[in-house]
Amino acid sequence: MRELDLYEITRAVRELSIEANTVANPDLRIALEKSLDKEESPAGKAVLHQLLQNQDIARKERIPICQDTGFTVVFLRVGMDIRFTGGSIQDAVNEGVRAGYTEGFLRKSIVKDPLTHPVNTNDNTPAIVHTELVPGDKVTVTLMPKGGGSENMSRIKMMKPADGTAGVKDFILETVQAAGGNPCPPVIVGVGVGGTFDYAAYLAKISLLRKIGERNSNQEIADLEREWLKEVNRLGIGPAGLGGRVTALDLFVEVFPRHIATFPAAVNIQCNAARVKTRVL
Amino acid sequence: MKTMARRIETPLREEIIKTLHAGDEVLLNGIVYTARDMAHARLKTLIEQGKNLPFEAVGSVIYYVGPSPAPAGRPIGSAGPTTSYRMDPFVPVMFKAGMRGMIGKGPRSEEVKRLIRESCGVYFGATGGAAALLSGSIIKAEVIAFDDLGTEAMRRLVVKDMPVIVINDCYGGDLYQEGIKKYSTMGKS
Repeated sequence: MRELDLYEITRAVRELSIEANTVANPDLRIALEKSLDKEESPAGKAVLHQLLQNQDIARKERIPICQDTGFTVVFLRVGMDIRFTGGSIQDAVNEGVRAGYTEGFLRKSIVKDPLTHPVNTNDNTPAIVHTELVPGDKVTVTLMPKGGGSENMSRIKMMKPADGTAGVKDFILETVQAAGGNPCPPVIVGVGVGGTFDYAAYLAKISLLRKIGERNSNQEIADLEREWLKEVNRLGIGPAGLGGRVTALDLFVEVFPRHIATFPAAVNIQCNAARVKTRVL
Repeated sequence: MKTMARRIETPLREEIIKTLHAGDEVLLNGIVYTARDMAHARLKTLIEQGKNLPFEAVGSVIYYVGPSPAPAGRPIGSAGPTTSYRMDPFVPVMFKAGMRGMIGKGPRSEEVKRLIRESCGVYFGATGGAAALLSGSIIKAEVIAFDDLGTEAMRRLVVKDMPVIVINDCYGGDLYQEGIKKYSTMGKS
């Protein structure tokens, strides 16, 4: 048994909050640079240049890449040979969010009681925490600040088993088309298929933790990812929705077994400021 | 698409708005007011009650933004546009109050586009996700109303060469529709 003070979780969350929001990941940068070659629209190209320049400014001046520093979604993969000391995991994560969002001058975007008292909590808590138990004595902390604009353009559909892969493709295309310029394209499209109503959405969300260019390990699913990405980029939405060839930088699919009667499909849209950072404790 | 950006001063005058066309790149200079969901709801109440407004509404430009907090030495934090469609229900009353321009991202409703034509207004797009870059064109920022709303408070910004693009002009031009139509290959082999 390895003992781990929950303060370590707090510290990791605090630091990852600031880092994720101010320093863009290399895979995103490379994808934006590569998309400059594919983009034919002059306005679209100008937007891509702005986004690259924006990343440089954010990193150098230590200000957020996007003013919407998101709902803080934290994924914990906890080794079963760990015993935590010092309180509760949820509190430890929230304490890290509170400290990181305050010290890092990040925006506080969460309101309490969505229906009856939508008053800002002023520290961006609570975080959404997904915890998974895994073998070993390490903890992997992955933090994704998820913006509201792209989350708003996400959808879930309880399809019929008869709809098949063609139905999923149509649903993805409808979703991205309806979103247009709203979710800050070029976007990343996260797709979850199977499981239950809630689990399909979770699959779509975790697909967005992948690095751009990383294909599903199942060859058939990987082929669908390539095909559907190509289709999405025929929509013509382009960077910032001004029209162009680059509507999405990538498309990820995660699948899970489904009930014989159900066929849930979820599309979670990620914006051009895709922010994910991971640390192993 | 024109490649040379034009400098425009705010408040917007009708003769200037009439020279703007969808696709024009513009550098905005002068005063711009911020308001998003909650500030619009409060402005609407003030307007409907016939009360004084906390800003110079005539010819005004409203920027849909909730900035991140200003670190030491900066007037404001990152400040890119939020999605505009959420403010569509407030546009009629804002035009009535004297607003002429809006800055945001994403398409507007048919009603908003009609009002832009009829009221001789303009909708500018700023690049969503380019918040640190756009922050650099804001040289002064002060909260003028609804301080309790935090990031959603109404602010008076002084902007210098803020890069925007005309999306909807007062002639019915719509850059989103025109751009997507030009580059879509759906239904074509």
